[in-house]
Amino acid sequence: MNLLDLVIAIPGIGFLLALLIPRKQDQTIRLFTLGVSLVTFVLSLGLATGYQSGQTGQQFVTNFVWIANPEIHWHVGIDGLSLWLIVLSTFLTPIAILISWRYVHDRVKEFFAFLLLLEFGLVGVFSAWDLFLFYVFWEVVLVPMYFLIGIWGHDRRIYAAVKFFLYTMAGSVLMLTGIIFLYGRAGTFDYAVILDALATGRIALSHSEETLLFLAFFIAFAIKVPLFPLHTWLPDAHVEAPSAGSLMLASVMLKMGTYGLVRFCLPMFPTAARENAPWIVILAIIGIVYGALVAMVQPNMKKLVAYSSVSHLGFVVLGIFSFTQLGLDGAVYQMLNHGISTGALFVIVGFLYERRHSLAISDYGGVATVAPWLATVFLITTLASIGLPTLNNFIGEFLILQGAATAHFTWAIFAALGVILSACYMLWMYQRVFFGEVSEEVRHHVPDFNAREWACVIPLVIMMVWMGMYTQTFLPPVSETTTKILDQSKMNAPLRVALPHSGGSVHAR
Amino acid sequence: MPVNFTPSSDDILRFAPELIMTIAGTLLMVLDPFFAKKSPRLFGHLSIAAFIAAIFAAAVANSVPGSAYSNLLVIDGFGTFFRILVISIGILTVLSSYRYLDREKAETSEYHALLLFSVVGQCIMVTANDLIMIFIGLEISSIATYVLAGYLRNDKRNNEAALKYFLLGSFATGFLLYGIAIIYGISATTKLDEIRAVLNNPGSDAFAMVSVAAALMFVGLAFKVSAAPFQVWAPDVYQGAPAPVSAFMATGPKAAAFAIFLRIFLTAFQQIAGGWEPLIWISALLSMTIGNFAALTQTNVKRMLAYSSIAHAGYILVALAARSEIGTAATMFYLAAYALMNIGAFAVVIHISGKGERTVKIEDLAGLARRQPLTAALMTVFLLSFIGVPLTGGFFGKFYIFRAALESHLVWLTVLGLLNSAVAAYYYLRLLVVMYMQEPGEATTELEPLTFGLRAALTISAAGTIFLGVIPGAILAFAQRSADFVR
Repeated sequence: MNLLDLVIAIPGIGFLLALLIPRKQDQTIRLFTLGVSLVTFVLSLGLATGYQSGQTGQQFVTNFVWIANPEIHWHVGIDGLSLWLIVLSTFLTPIAILISWRYVHDRVKEFFAFLLLLEFGLVGVFSAWDLFLFYVFWEVVLVPMYFLIGIWGHDRRIYAAVKFFLYTMAGSVLMLTGIIFLYGRAGTFDYAVILDALATGRIALSHSEETLLFLAFFIAFAIKVPLFPLHTWLPDAHVEAPSAGSLMLASVMLKMGTYGLVRFCLPMFPTAARENAPWIVILAIIGIVYGALVAMVQPNMKKLVAYSSVSHLGFVVLGIFSFTQLGLDGAVYQMLNHGISTGALFVIVGFLYERRHSLAISDYGGVATVAPWLATVFLITTLASIGLPTLNNFIGEFLILQGAATAHFTWAIFAALGVILSACYMLWMYQRVFFGEVSEEVRHHVPDFNAREWACVIPLVIMMVWMGMYTQTFLPPVSETTTKILDQSKMNAPLRVALPHSGGSVHAR
Repeated sequence: MPVNFTPSSDDILRFAPELIMTIAGTLLMVLDPFFAKKSPRLFGHLSIAAFIAAIFAAAVANSVPGSAYSNLLVIDGFGTFFRILVISIGILTVLSSYRYLDREKAETSEYHALLLFSVVGQCIMVTANDLIMIFIGLEISSIATYVLAGYLRNDKRNNEAALKYFLLGSFATGFLLYGIAIIYGISATTKLDEIRAVLNNPGSDAFAMVSVAAALMFVGLAFKVSAAPFQVWAPDVYQGAPAPVSAFMATGPKAAAFAIFLRIFLTAFQQIAGGWEPLIWISALLSMTIGNFAALTQTNVKRMLAYSSIAHAGYILVALAARSEIGTAATMFYLAAYALMNIGAFAVVIHISGKGERTVKIEDLAGLARRQPLTAALMTVFLLSFIGVPLTGGFFGKFYIFRAALESHLVWLTVLGLLNSAVAAYYYLRLLVVMYMQEPGEATTELEPLTFGLRAALTISAAGTIFLGVIPGAILAFAQRSADFVR
C-alpha cells in the first residue's frame, strides 16, 4: 500500500461511505465528499513532490495478483505522463463539488457520491499498468458520468446521456477485443511485459494484425477524445450535463482518449501508428478548423465551449501524431492546459447559468457592468484559452505547432488557422456577454462572485498563470516520459540529432 | 453384462441430492391437505430446506467422484458445479415466489413440489452419462416446467404459455430422441464414453449418419436453450408464464440444457467437431443478433428479458463454438453469472408487477429510484451486469467467453458478439433511464415495501453478481478444474 494506492482507494472508499450517510443530511454529504476530495488532492501532491525526476520508469508501483486465472494484476504506477493528469483529476474534483454546492438540491447524496466514483475511476485509468485493469477503470468512469448527465442534466439530458454511453461503449468493446487478442498472444495483461515482448519481437504481429489492433485501440480513444468525425456526442453531452459534469468531462475525461493514444497506441503499434498518421492528422486538422468554425456560430455558451474543445483536442492529436519531441511534449502539456482553462470556462458559464438560468448568449449583455470581477476572471480565462503568451495554452499550442511544422510545414499552417479562429469566437462571445446594454434581468439577477465561487476560480486562475509562466515545474517529467515513448515508437531518430536534450528549447525559455 | 440391482452405498451417496429432493417433493404433496389453509408458507420453507440439504448432499457426493448405477450417472466436478447451480436457482426461485403466490392467492404445495421435481430432472441431466438418462432427466424437468408455466390456470396468458411451451417442447424432444435412436443404431450403446470410443474410428458410411444424429440433437437442445432459429417460443412463454416461473425457466432448465449440450457435443461428438462447429457459429450469431435487436423495441419488461435471454444464449453458444476447456469453463461461469442477474431482474419485475401482473411495462418502472431507491439500486447492479460493465459477474462472463473464442481463432464471431453487446446496452440503459431519469407517472400505483423473501432473493443475487465481478477467480478456478471431463 503506497501513496498511489491511497490516492486511488480513498475516493472509492469515500464513495461507498457517502452512500451510507442518511438521505436527509444534505449538508453532511456535501462536507464529507468535499473533505474526501481535498484529502485525496493533498495526497496526490505527495505524488508530485515524491516523483523522482530523471527516472523514466514507473514510480509508486504496486503489483499484486488480483485474479489468479487469467492472471490479472492490480498493477499501478505513474510516470511523467500520468503524474499531472492524476493531479489534474484530484485538483478539479473538489472544484466540481464546490460549484455544485447550491446548484444540486435533488438527490444530493447520489450526485456527490458519483463525483467521488468518477474521481476513483479517473485516477485509476491514469495509473493502471495492467491492460485489463485499465479497461475496468475505463468502464467504471462511464457509469457515474452517465448518471450525472442523465439525472441532473438539462432538458435533453436522456438523449445526451444514452448517446454518450453508447458511443463510448461501442469504442470500448473494440478495445476489449484488442486487449483479449493481445492476451492470447502474450499470455499476460501486464502492459510492461507486453510492450517488452512486442519490442523484442517475442510477439510477432503480422502487418494486418498490427493495423487492426491499432485501429481497435485507436477508435476507442478517438471516440473519447473526440476526434472529428466521431465528436458528435460531445456537444450534446456538454450542453445537457450539469456544470460539474461538463467540468469533469471536458477537463479530464476527454484526456483519457489522448492519454490512451500516447500511452498505448504509439508504443505498442509503432508501425501502424506511423502508417496511419497522415489521415489521422488530416482528421485532427479538420477537427481544429471545423470545431472553431462551428463554435463561432453557436448561440449557446456551453455548446460554444464544447466545440472549442473539439478544436483544442484536435491540436493535441496533431501533436501526438507529429511524432516529434516538441509535438508530443506540447500535446501532453496541452492536455493539462485545456483541462484548466476549458474547465474554468465551464465553471464560470455554470455560475452565469445559476444566476440567469439561461445558456443563450443573447440573454446576456453588459455583465461586466454588474459583475466586474466575474468579467475579469472570465477575461483571463478567455485569453488563456485563445493562447495569449504568459498564459498556459500558449505554451502547449506553440510546442505543438512547432512540432507539426518540423514534421510537415503545411500541417502547421492549417492548424494555426485554429488559433486565429479561437480568438474570433472567444472574444466575440466575450463581447456579446459582458459588454453592451445591461438588460433588466441581468441587472437584477447577476451578482458578482461570492466567497465559495472565489474559492473555485482562484486556484484555476493561479494555475493558468503558473503553467504559462513557469513550465519548469511541469514539463521535465513530461519530456522524460515522452522521450521514452518516442523511443519506443522508433520514430525520433532524425529529430534526436537535432535536439539532443529532450525538450531543450522549452527549458531555455 | 451382469446386472446388479442392489445399489452400493456409494451409489446412494452419489445420488443423494436427487433422492432428498424427490422425497421432499412427495412429502409436500402429502402434507398439502394439512397445511394448505393454515400456513401455506410452510411449503416454501420446506422446499428451501430440501434444496439446502441437497446442496450439502451434492457437495458430499463430490467427495466420492465416480460413476453410479452401472455407469448411468457420473459424479464429477462438472456435474457437481451444475447440480449446485440449478439447486441454488431453485432456492432463489422459491424466495422470489413467496410474495407472488401470496398476491395471486395461489400458494399450494404442488407449485413447490413441481419446482423440486424440475430441479431433480435437471440434476439428473447434468450428471447423466447415458443418453437415455439425459432424456429421462430432460423429460422430468420439462414436464414439471410445462405445468409450472400454466400454473395460474384461470389466467389466459398462463394457459397460452403452457400450451405453446408444451407443444413445441415435445416436438423438440422428439428431435432429440431421433438423434439418440440413430446414435444407438450406429454404436449399439447409449453411454457417452462408449459412443465416443466407437466414433473415434468411424467408418466412412457412419460419418454421414452421425452428422444427421448430431444435427437432430442440436435441434432438440437448441430449442431447450432458446437459441436461434429455435427461439420463437421463448418471448411468448416467458411473457405469459408467472414471473417467478419465467425467472426459473430462463435459468435452471437452460443451464442444465447447456450442460448436456457440452457433455454430448464435447465428448460423444468431438470427433466430428468440424461438422457441427459452423452450425453453432451461425446459431450463436443469429441468437445474439435476433435477441438484441428484437429486445430494442419491446415495451414489456418480461418480454424484453425474454429476448435478452435469447441473446445471452447466443453469447454462451460462442463459448461452445470455441470447443475448448476454457470455453467450457467460460460457459459454466457465464451460466452462473447469468442465473444470478436474471433471477435478480425478474425478482424486481415480480416486485413491481402487482396483482395479476398488470404493471410490467417499462414505464411502470418510472421513478423507481425515487420511490424505492434500494430496489432501483439493486436493479442497476443487474442491468450493469447484463450490459457487461466491469466489476459485475456479467462482465467477466463475457470476457471469459470472448477470450475462449479468440483463443480458438473465432475472431469475427468475437467482434460481432462484442458489437452486439454494445447494441444490447441500449435497451438495458432504457430501463436505467426510466428508473432514474423519469418521474413517476400519474397512474403509477403505490409500491408495497420489499417483502422478506424478495429482499433475500435480490440481496443474494446482487451480492453474488458483485462477488463474481470482483473476485471471479474462485468460481472460475473450480469451473476450469471441472472442465476436463472431455476425456
